[in-house]
Amino acid sequence: MQQIINFLIRNKTFLLFVLLFSISLFFTIQSHSYHRSKFINSANFLTGGVYASLNNIDGYFNLRTENEILLEENSLLKAVLYNSEVNAVSKEILDSTHVASHYKLTPAEVYKNSYSATNNYLIINKGQQDSIGEDFGVISSKGIVGIIDNTSNGYSRVISVLNTNIRVNAKLKKTNHFGTLTWNGNSPKIVQLIDVPNQAPVAIGDSIVTGGLSTIFPKNIPVGTVVDFKLDETENYFTLDIELYNDMTNIGHVYIIENKDFSEISTLSTADE
Amino acid sequence: MNNVISLHIVRFIVLILVQAIVLNNINFLGYINPYLYILFILLYPAKNNRMLFIFISFLLGLGVDLFSDSGGVHAAACVTIAYMRPVVLKFAFGTSYDYQTIKFSLTEFGQRLTYFSILIIVHHIILFSLEIFNSTKILLILKKSLFSGVFTLLLCLLITVLFSRKNK
Repeated sequence: MQQIINFLIRNKTFLLFVLLFSISLFFTIQSHSYHRSKFINSANFLTGGVYASLNNIDGYFNLRTENEILLEENSLLKAVLYNSEVNAVSKEILDSTHVASHYKLTPAEVYKNSYSATNNYLIINKGQQDSIGEDFGVISSKGIVGIIDNTSNGYSRVISVLNTNIRVNAKLKKTNHFGTLTWNGNSPKIVQLIDVPNQAPVAIGDSIVTGGLSTIFPKNIPVGTVVDFKLDETENYFTLDIELYNDMTNIGHVYIIENKDFSEISTLSTADE
Repeated sequence: MNNVISLHIVRFIVLILVQAIVLNNINFLGYINPYLYILFILLYPAKNNRMLFIFISFLLGLGVDLFSDSGGVHAAACVTIAYMRPVVLKFAFGTSYDYQTIKFSLTEFGQRLTYFSILIIVHHIILFSLEIFNSTKILLILKKSLFSGVFTLLLCLLITVLFSRKNK
Protein backbone atom coordinates (compact mmCIF):
# COMPACT_ATOMS: atom_id res chain seq x y z
CA MET A 1 0.00 0.00 0.00
CA GLN A 2 2.79 2.33 1.02
CA GLN A 3 4.53 1.61 -2.26
CA ILE A 4 1.43 2.32 -4.32
CA ILE A 5 0.97 5.69 -2.62
CA ASN A 6 4.64 6.47 -3.11
CA PHE A 7 4.34 5.57 -6.74
CA LEU A 8 1.32 7.84 -7.14
CA ILE A 9 3.10 10.75 -5.45
CA ARG A 10 6.26 10.29 -7.47
CA ASN A 11 4.46 10.21 -10.78
CA LYS A 12 1.66 12.64 -10.00
CA THR A 13 2.53 15.00 -12.85
CA PHE A 14 2.63 12.23 -15.38
CA LEU A 15 -0.63 10.77 -14.09
CA LEU A 16 -2.33 14.16 -14.26
CA PHE A 17 -1.08 14.52 -17.82
CA VAL A 18 -2.42 11.09 -18.77
CA LEU A 19 -5.75 11.82 -17.12
CA LEU A 20 -6.25 15.17 -18.82
CA PHE A 21 -5.03 13.83 -22.14
CA SER A 22 -7.50 10.97 -22.04
CA ILE A 23 -10.32 13.32 -21.13
CA SER A 24 -9.58 15.43 -24.19
CA LEU A 25 -9.20 12.32 -26.31
CA PHE A 26 -12.62 11.20 -25.11
CA PHE A 27 -14.13 14.54 -26.17
CA THR A 28 -12.35 14.28 -29.52
CA ILE A 29 -13.65 10.81 -30.27
CA GLN A 30 -17.13 11.90 -29.30
CA SER A 31 -16.92 14.82 -31.69
CA HIS A 32 -16.05 12.44 -34.50
CA SER A 33 -19.22 10.46 -34.17
CA TYR A 34 -22.48 11.87 -35.39
CA HIS A 35 -25.03 12.89 -32.77
CA ARG A 36 -22.85 12.21 -29.79
CA SER A 37 -20.84 15.40 -29.43
CA LYS A 38 -22.89 16.75 -26.58
CA PHE A 39 -20.40 18.02 -24.04
CA ILE A 40 -18.17 20.52 -25.75
CA ASN A 41 -20.12 22.62 -28.19
CA SER A 42 -20.51 26.30 -28.77
CA ALA A 43 -24.31 26.39 -28.59
CA ASN A 44 -24.28 27.46 -24.96
CA PHE A 45 -24.91 30.61 -23.03
CA LEU A 46 -21.30 31.76 -22.80
CA THR A 47 -19.93 31.21 -26.29
CA GLY A 48 -23.29 31.88 -27.94
CA GLY A 49 -23.41 35.23 -26.16
CA VAL A 50 -19.92 36.16 -27.34
CA TYR A 51 -20.77 35.25 -30.91
CA ALA A 52 -24.06 37.16 -30.67
CA SER A 53 -22.39 40.43 -29.67
CA LEU A 54 -19.74 39.88 -32.32
CA ASN A 55 -22.42 39.35 -34.96
CA ASN A 56 -24.05 42.65 -33.96
CA ILE A 57 -20.97 44.46 -35.20
CA ASP A 58 -20.06 42.10 -37.99
CA GLY A 59 -23.53 42.21 -39.53
CA TYR A 60 -23.09 45.77 -40.77
CA PHE A 61 -20.24 44.83 -43.03
CA ASN A 62 -22.30 42.40 -45.08
CA LEU A 63 -25.48 44.45 -45.43
CA ARG A 64 -24.98 45.08 -49.12
CA THR A 65 -24.44 41.45 -50.15
CA GLU A 66 -27.24 40.31 -47.83
CA ASN A 67 -29.59 42.78 -49.52
CA GLU A 68 -28.60 41.51 -52.92
CA ILE A 69 -29.27 37.91 -51.89
CA LEU A 70 -32.68 38.88 -50.51
CA LEU A 71 -33.54 40.80 -53.70
CA GLU A 72 -32.54 37.80 -55.78
CA GLU A 73 -34.75 35.53 -53.70
CA ASN A 74 -37.64 38.03 -53.85
CA SER A 75 -37.51 38.17 -57.62
CA LEU A 76 -37.46 34.38 -57.76
CA LEU A 77 -40.50 34.12 -55.48
CA LYS A 78 -42.32 36.81 -57.45
CA ALA A 79 -41.62 34.94 -60.66
CA VAL A 80 -43.19 31.82 -59.13
CA LEU A 81 -46.17 33.85 -57.91
CA TYR A 82 -46.88 35.58 -61.24
CA ASN A 83 -46.40 32.40 -63.21
CA SER A 84 -48.83 30.60 -60.93
CA GLU A 85 -51.60 33.01 -61.96
CA VAL A 86 -50.96 32.23 -65.62
CA ASN A 87 -50.87 28.44 -65.54
CA ALA A 88 -52.62 27.41 -62.39
CA VAL A 89 -51.69 23.72 -62.19
CA SER A 90 -47.98 23.61 -63.02
CA LYS A 91 -45.73 21.21 -61.20
CA GLU A 92 -43.98 23.83 -59.07
CA ILE A 93 -47.18 24.99 -57.47
CA LEU A 94 -48.21 21.56 -56.39
CA ASP A 95 -44.80 21.27 -54.79
CA SER A 96 -44.89 24.62 -53.06
CA THR A 97 -48.35 24.08 -51.55
CA HIS A 98 -47.15 20.70 -50.44
CA VAL A 99 -44.20 22.34 -48.70
CA ALA A 100 -46.45 24.91 -47.05
CA SER A 101 -48.75 22.38 -45.43
CA HIS A 102 -46.21 19.91 -44.05
CA TYR A 103 -43.17 21.99 -43.37
CA LYS A 104 -42.75 25.02 -41.16
CA LEU A 105 -40.00 27.49 -42.02
CA THR A 106 -38.31 29.71 -39.43
CA PRO A 107 -35.82 32.37 -40.47
CA ALA A 108 -32.58 32.56 -38.48
CA GLU A 109 -29.32 34.43 -38.51
CA VAL A 110 -25.90 32.75 -38.63
CA TYR A 111 -23.70 33.78 -35.72
CA LYS A 112 -20.70 31.63 -36.46
CA ASN A 113 -19.65 29.72 -39.53
CA SER A 114 -16.52 27.69 -40.14
CA TYR A 115 -15.36 25.93 -43.27
CA SER A 116 -11.65 25.25 -42.92
CA ALA A 117 -11.75 22.31 -40.47
CA THR A 118 -12.80 18.77 -41.37
CA ASN A 119 -15.86 18.91 -39.12
CA ASN A 120 -17.52 22.26 -39.50
CA TYR A 121 -20.44 23.65 -37.55
CA LEU A 122 -22.58 26.77 -37.66
CA ILE A 123 -24.22 28.55 -34.74
CA ILE A 124 -27.60 30.16 -35.40
CA ASN A 125 -29.68 32.42 -33.21
CA LYS A 126 -32.78 30.26 -32.77
CA GLY A 127 -33.09 27.61 -30.07
CA GLN A 128 -35.50 25.74 -27.86
CA GLN A 129 -37.48 28.87 -27.00
CA ASP A 130 -38.36 29.19 -30.70
CA SER A 131 -39.38 25.50 -30.64
CA ILE A 132 -36.36 24.41 -32.65
CA GLY A 133 -35.21 20.85 -32.04
CA GLU A 134 -32.65 18.35 -33.18
CA ASP A 135 -32.75 16.97 -36.72
CA PHE A 136 -34.36 20.02 -38.26
CA GLY A 137 -32.99 20.88 -41.68
CA VAL A 138 -31.33 24.20 -42.41
CA ILE A 139 -31.34 25.77 -45.89
CA SER A 140 -30.44 29.15 -47.36
CA SER A 141 -32.16 30.76 -50.31
CA LYS A 142 -29.74 29.02 -52.66
CA GLY A 143 -29.59 25.49 -51.26
CA ILE A 144 -28.99 23.25 -48.30
CA VAL A 145 -26.75 24.28 -45.41
CA GLY A 146 -26.93 21.50 -42.82
CA ILE A 147 -28.81 19.75 -40.04
CA ILE A 148 -29.33 20.92 -36.46
CA ASP A 149 -27.63 18.58 -33.98
CA ASN A 150 -27.72 20.45 -30.71
CA THR A 151 -29.89 23.16 -29.22
CA SER A 152 -29.66 25.36 -26.16
CA ASN A 153 -32.23 27.87 -24.98
CA GLY A 154 -31.44 30.60 -27.47
CA TYR A 155 -28.98 29.03 -29.91
CA SER A 156 -28.58 25.92 -32.02
CA ARG A 157 -25.61 24.21 -33.54
CA VAL A 158 -25.88 23.12 -37.16
CA ILE A 159 -23.76 20.37 -38.71
CA SER A 160 -22.66 22.01 -41.91
CA VAL A 161 -22.69 20.05 -45.19
CA LEU A 162 -18.94 20.62 -44.92
CA ASN A 163 -18.67 18.02 -42.16
CA THR A 164 -17.27 14.54 -42.70
CA ASN A 165 -20.02 13.11 -40.47
CA ILE A 166 -22.97 14.42 -42.42
CA ARG A 167 -25.16 12.12 -44.53
CA VAL A 168 -28.01 13.61 -46.56
CA ASN A 169 -30.21 11.84 -49.05
CA ALA A 170 -29.96 13.51 -52.48
CA LYS A 171 -30.85 12.61 -56.04
CA LEU A 172 -30.39 13.59 -59.66
CA LYS A 173 -32.94 16.20 -60.63
CA LYS A 174 -33.80 14.67 -64.03
CA THR A 175 -34.24 11.09 -62.82
CA ASN A 176 -34.90 9.59 -59.44
CA HIS A 177 -31.54 7.90 -58.92
CA PHE A 178 -30.47 8.81 -55.44
CA GLY A 179 -27.30 8.66 -53.37
CA THR A 180 -25.83 9.90 -50.11
CA LEU A 181 -24.32 13.34 -49.80
CA THR A 182 -21.04 13.43 -47.84
CA TRP A 183 -17.91 15.54 -47.72
CA ASN A 184 -14.30 14.36 -48.02
CA GLY A 185 -12.86 17.38 -46.22
CA ASN A 186 -10.89 18.87 -49.10
CA SER A 187 -12.55 21.86 -50.73
CA PRO A 188 -15.34 23.97 -49.21
CA LYS A 189 -16.92 24.33 -52.66
CA ILE A 190 -17.15 20.63 -53.56
CA VAL A 191 -19.12 17.90 -51.80
CA GLN A 192 -19.50 14.25 -52.78
CA LEU A 193 -22.55 12.20 -53.68
CA ILE A 194 -21.74 8.53 -53.15
CA ASP A 195 -23.57 5.28 -53.85
CA VAL A 196 -25.35 6.43 -57.00
CA PRO A 197 -26.16 3.29 -59.03
CA ASN A 198 -24.14 3.02 -62.24
CA GLN A 199 -27.29 2.78 -64.35
CA ALA A 200 -27.94 6.43 -63.62
CA PRO A 201 -27.42 8.66 -66.70
CA VAL A 202 -24.98 11.07 -65.03
CA ALA A 203 -23.48 13.92 -67.03
CA ILE A 204 -21.31 16.85 -66.02
CA GLY A 205 -23.52 19.85 -65.32
CA ASP A 206 -26.50 17.86 -64.03
CA SER A 207 -28.40 19.36 -61.12
CA ILE A 208 -28.56 17.58 -57.78
CA VAL A 209 -31.48 18.12 -55.40
CA THR A 210 -32.47 16.62 -52.04
CA GLY A 211 -34.24 13.32 -52.37
CA GLY A 212 -37.07 13.55 -49.89
CA LEU A 213 -36.44 10.01 -48.63
CA SER A 214 -35.35 11.32 -45.24
CA THR A 215 -37.73 13.12 -42.97
CA ILE A 216 -35.40 16.08 -42.53
CA PHE A 217 -35.45 17.84 -45.90
CA PRO A 218 -38.39 18.15 -48.26
CA LYS A 219 -37.96 17.04 -51.85
CA ASN A 220 -36.28 19.16 -54.53
CA ILE A 221 -34.23 21.57 -52.47
CA PRO A 222 -31.28 22.52 -54.70
CA VAL A 223 -27.85 21.20 -53.72
CA GLY A 224 -25.45 21.79 -56.61
CA THR A 225 -24.24 20.71 -60.04
CA VAL A 226 -22.08 17.73 -61.01
CA VAL A 227 -18.52 18.75 -61.91
CA ASP A 228 -16.90 15.32 -62.03
CA PHE A 229 -17.88 11.67 -61.62
CA LYS A 230 -16.19 8.29 -61.50
CA LEU A 231 -16.99 4.69 -60.59
CA ASP A 232 -15.97 3.61 -57.08
CA GLU A 233 -13.84 0.52 -56.28
CA THR A 234 -16.71 -1.93 -56.62
CA GLU A 235 -17.56 -0.52 -60.09
CA ASN A 236 -21.24 -0.66 -59.21
CA TYR A 237 -21.71 2.84 -57.94
CA PHE A 238 -20.78 6.33 -59.04
CA THR A 239 -19.04 8.83 -56.80
CA LEU A 240 -20.00 12.32 -57.93
CA ASP A 241 -18.21 15.58 -57.18
CA ILE A 242 -20.79 18.28 -56.72
CA GLU A 243 -20.22 22.01 -56.74
CA LEU A 244 -22.56 23.60 -54.21
CA TYR A 245 -24.92 26.39 -55.27
CA ASN A 246 -24.40 27.84 -51.82
CA ASP A 247 -21.21 29.71 -51.09
CA MET A 248 -20.59 28.04 -47.72
CA THR A 249 -17.93 30.61 -46.87
CA ASN A 250 -20.50 33.41 -46.92
CA ILE A 251 -23.79 32.59 -45.22
CA GLY A 252 -25.79 35.27 -43.44
CA HIS A 253 -29.45 34.29 -43.21
CA VAL A 254 -30.88 30.78 -43.24
CA TYR A 255 -34.24 29.06 -42.89
CA ILE A 256 -34.91 26.23 -40.49
CA ILE A 257 -37.27 23.56 -41.83
CA GLU A 258 -39.44 21.70 -39.40
CA ASN A 259 -41.19 18.63 -40.73
CA LYS A 260 -44.53 18.54 -38.93
CA ASP A 261 -44.97 14.86 -39.75
CA PHE A 262 -41.59 13.95 -38.34
CA SER A 263 -42.82 12.14 -35.22
CA GLU A 264 -45.55 10.36 -37.14
CA ILE A 265 -43.12 9.05 -39.75
CA SER A 266 -40.49 8.07 -37.22
CA THR A 267 -43.00 6.07 -35.12
CA LEU A 268 -44.00 4.27 -38.30
CA SER A 269 -40.47 3.43 -39.24
CA THR A 270 -39.44 2.30 -35.76
CA ALA A 271 -42.66 0.30 -35.29
CA ASP A 272 -41.26 -2.96 -36.59
CA GLU A 273 -37.81 -2.73 -35.05
CA MET B 1 3.27 38.87 -7.08
CA ASN B 2 -0.42 39.73 -7.45
CA ASN B 3 0.46 41.81 -10.42
CA VAL B 4 1.98 38.78 -12.15
CA ILE B 5 -1.06 36.59 -11.46
CA SER B 6 -3.52 39.16 -12.79
CA LEU B 7 -1.32 39.62 -15.88
CA HIS B 8 -1.61 35.91 -16.59
CA ILE B 9 -5.36 35.84 -16.01
CA VAL B 10 -5.85 38.74 -18.42
CA ARG B 11 -3.54 37.11 -20.95
CA PHE B 12 -5.47 33.83 -20.66
CA ILE B 13 -8.84 35.45 -21.38
CA VAL B 14 -7.59 37.84 -24.07
CA LEU B 15 -5.78 35.08 -25.96
CA ILE B 16 -8.85 32.80 -26.01
CA LEU B 17 -11.08 35.63 -27.20
CA VAL B 18 -8.62 36.81 -29.85
CA GLN B 19 -8.28 33.23 -31.07
CA ALA B 20 -12.04 32.67 -31.25
CA ILE B 21 -13.08 36.00 -32.70
CA VAL B 22 -10.24 36.99 -35.01
CA LEU B 23 -7.73 34.25 -35.72
CA ASN B 24 -10.15 31.36 -36.34
CA ASN B 25 -11.62 33.37 -39.20
CA ILE B 26 -8.45 34.17 -41.08
CA ASN B 27 -8.46 31.04 -43.29
CA PHE B 28 -5.50 32.22 -45.33
CA LEU B 29 -5.44 30.28 -48.64
CA GLY B 30 -8.52 28.42 -47.46
CA TYR B 31 -7.14 26.51 -44.48
CA ILE B 32 -4.20 28.26 -42.80
CA ASN B 33 -5.03 29.64 -39.38
CA PRO B 34 -2.55 30.75 -36.74
CA TYR B 35 -3.04 29.36 -33.24
CA LEU B 36 -1.65 32.23 -31.25
CA TYR B 37 -3.27 31.22 -27.95
CA ILE B 38 -0.44 28.77 -27.16
CA LEU B 39 1.67 31.86 -26.49
CA PHE B 40 0.19 31.59 -22.99
CA ILE B 41 1.89 28.23 -22.52
CA LEU B 42 5.11 29.39 -24.17
CA LEU B 43 5.45 32.45 -21.95
CA TYR B 44 4.27 30.92 -18.68
CA PRO B 45 6.99 31.41 -16.05
CA ALA B 46 9.58 28.65 -16.09
CA LYS B 47 9.52 28.41 -12.33
CA ASN B 48 6.09 27.04 -11.61
CA ASN B 49 3.90 24.47 -9.98
CA ARG B 50 3.91 21.87 -12.73
CA MET B 51 0.56 20.26 -11.93
CA LEU B 52 -1.21 23.61 -11.84
CA PHE B 53 0.45 24.58 -15.10
CA ILE B 54 -0.73 21.42 -16.87
CA PHE B 55 -4.22 21.91 -15.55
CA ILE B 56 -4.36 25.55 -16.67
CA SER B 57 -3.15 24.52 -20.12
CA PHE B 58 -5.96 21.98 -20.26
CA LEU B 59 -8.48 24.70 -19.43
CA LEU B 60 -6.94 26.96 -22.08
CA GLY B 61 -7.30 24.29 -24.74
CA LEU B 62 -10.81 23.43 -23.63
CA GLY B 63 -11.76 27.11 -23.84
CA VAL B 64 -10.62 27.30 -27.45
CA ASP B 65 -12.38 23.98 -28.16
CA LEU B 66 -15.64 25.39 -26.83
CA PHE B 67 -15.49 28.24 -29.29
CA SER B 68 -14.42 26.25 -32.31
CA ASP B 69 -16.59 23.11 -31.84
CA SER B 70 -13.64 20.77 -32.19
CA GLY B 71 -14.26 18.26 -29.40
CA GLY B 72 -11.08 18.11 -27.33
CA VAL B 73 -8.30 18.47 -29.87
CA HIS B 74 -6.92 21.77 -28.61
CA ALA B 75 -7.04 20.54 -25.02
CA ALA B 76 -5.09 17.39 -25.91
CA ALA B 77 -2.43 19.32 -27.82
CA CYS B 78 -2.07 21.92 -25.04
CA VAL B 79 -1.74 19.33 -22.28
CA THR B 80 0.98 17.55 -24.23
CA ILE B 81 3.13 20.61 -24.84
CA ALA B 82 2.62 21.76 -21.27
CA TYR B 83 3.87 18.38 -20.07
CA MET B 84 6.91 18.28 -22.32
CA ARG B 85 7.84 21.94 -21.89
CA PRO B 86 10.61 21.43 -19.26
CA VAL B 87 12.49 19.09 -21.61
CA VAL B 88 12.29 21.58 -24.46
CA LEU B 89 13.31 24.41 -22.14
CA LYS B 90 16.41 22.51 -21.12
CA PHE B 91 17.20 21.68 -24.72
CA ALA B 92 16.76 25.22 -26.01
CA PHE B 93 18.23 27.30 -23.20
CA GLY B 94 20.80 24.87 -21.88
CA THR B 95 22.27 25.50 -18.46
CA SER B 96 20.49 28.72 -17.66
CA TYR B 97 17.28 26.75 -17.31
CA ASP B 98 18.73 24.73 -14.43
CA TYR B 99 18.98 27.83 -12.31
CA GLN B 100 15.40 28.74 -13.13
CA THR B 101 16.36 32.26 -14.08
CA ILE B 102 14.87 32.55 -17.51
CA LYS B 103 13.24 35.83 -18.45
CA PHE B 104 11.87 35.30 -21.93
CA SER B 105 12.31 38.90 -22.91
CA LEU B 106 16.03 38.70 -22.11
CA THR B 107 16.88 35.51 -23.96
CA GLU B 108 18.74 35.34 -27.23
CA PHE B 109 16.67 35.37 -30.38
CA GLY B 110 18.06 32.07 -31.69
CA GLN B 111 17.32 30.19 -28.49
CA ARG B 112 13.84 31.60 -28.36
CA LEU B 113 13.28 30.57 -31.98
CA THR B 114 14.22 26.92 -31.30
CA TYR B 115 12.09 26.81 -28.16
CA PHE B 116 9.03 28.29 -29.91
CA SER B 117 9.30 26.23 -33.07
CA ILE B 118 9.67 22.84 -31.32
CA LEU B 119 6.62 23.38 -29.12
CA ILE B 120 4.56 24.89 -31.94
CA ILE B 121 5.24 22.06 -34.37
CA VAL B 122 4.45 19.39 -31.74
CA HIS B 123 1.26 21.20 -30.83
CA HIS B 124 0.16 21.51 -34.45
CA ILE B 125 0.90 17.91 -35.38
CA ILE B 126 -1.14 16.60 -32.44
CA LEU B 127 -3.87 19.12 -33.14
CA PHE B 128 -4.32 18.25 -36.79
CA SER B 129 -3.86 14.48 -36.41
CA LEU B 130 -6.66 14.44 -33.84
CA GLU B 131 -8.82 16.82 -35.82
CA ILE B 132 -8.57 14.95 -39.10
CA PHE B 133 -8.31 11.55 -37.36
CA ASN B 134 -7.62 9.61 -40.52
CA SER B 135 -4.28 7.96 -41.23
CA THR B 136 -4.85 7.98 -44.99
CA LYS B 137 -4.75 11.76 -44.94
CA ILE B 138 -1.31 12.00 -43.38
CA LEU B 139 -0.10 14.36 -46.12
CA LEU B 140 -2.92 16.76 -45.41
CA ILE B 141 -2.04 16.62 -41.70
CA LEU B 142 1.61 17.40 -42.34
CA LYS B 143 0.80 20.14 -44.83
CA LYS B 144 -1.63 21.82 -42.45
CA SER B 145 0.76 21.53 -39.47
CA LEU B 146 3.68 22.96 -41.42
CA PHE B 147 1.94 25.96 -42.96
CA SER B 148 -0.14 26.84 -39.91
CA GLY B 149 2.95 26.28 -37.75
CA VAL B 150 5.01 28.79 -39.73
CA PHE B 151 2.17 31.29 -39.49
CA THR B 152 1.83 30.76 -35.72
CA LEU B 153 5.59 31.03 -35.22
CA LEU B 154 5.81 34.33 -37.11
CA LEU B 155 2.89 35.75 -35.17
CA CYS B 156 4.28 34.58 -31.80
CA LEU B 157 7.68 36.14 -32.49
CA LEU B 158 6.08 39.38 -33.65
CA ILE B 159 3.86 39.59 -30.58
CA THR B 160 6.71 38.87 -28.16
CA VAL B 161 8.89 41.52 -29.81
CA LEU B 162 6.08 44.06 -29.86
CA PHE B 163 4.97 43.56 -26.28
CA SER B 164 8.32 43.02 -24.62
CA ARG B 165 9.22 45.62 -22.04
CA LYS B 166 12.67 47.04 -22.44
CA ASN B 167 14.63 46.58 -19.23
CA LYS B 168 17.43 49.05 -19.58
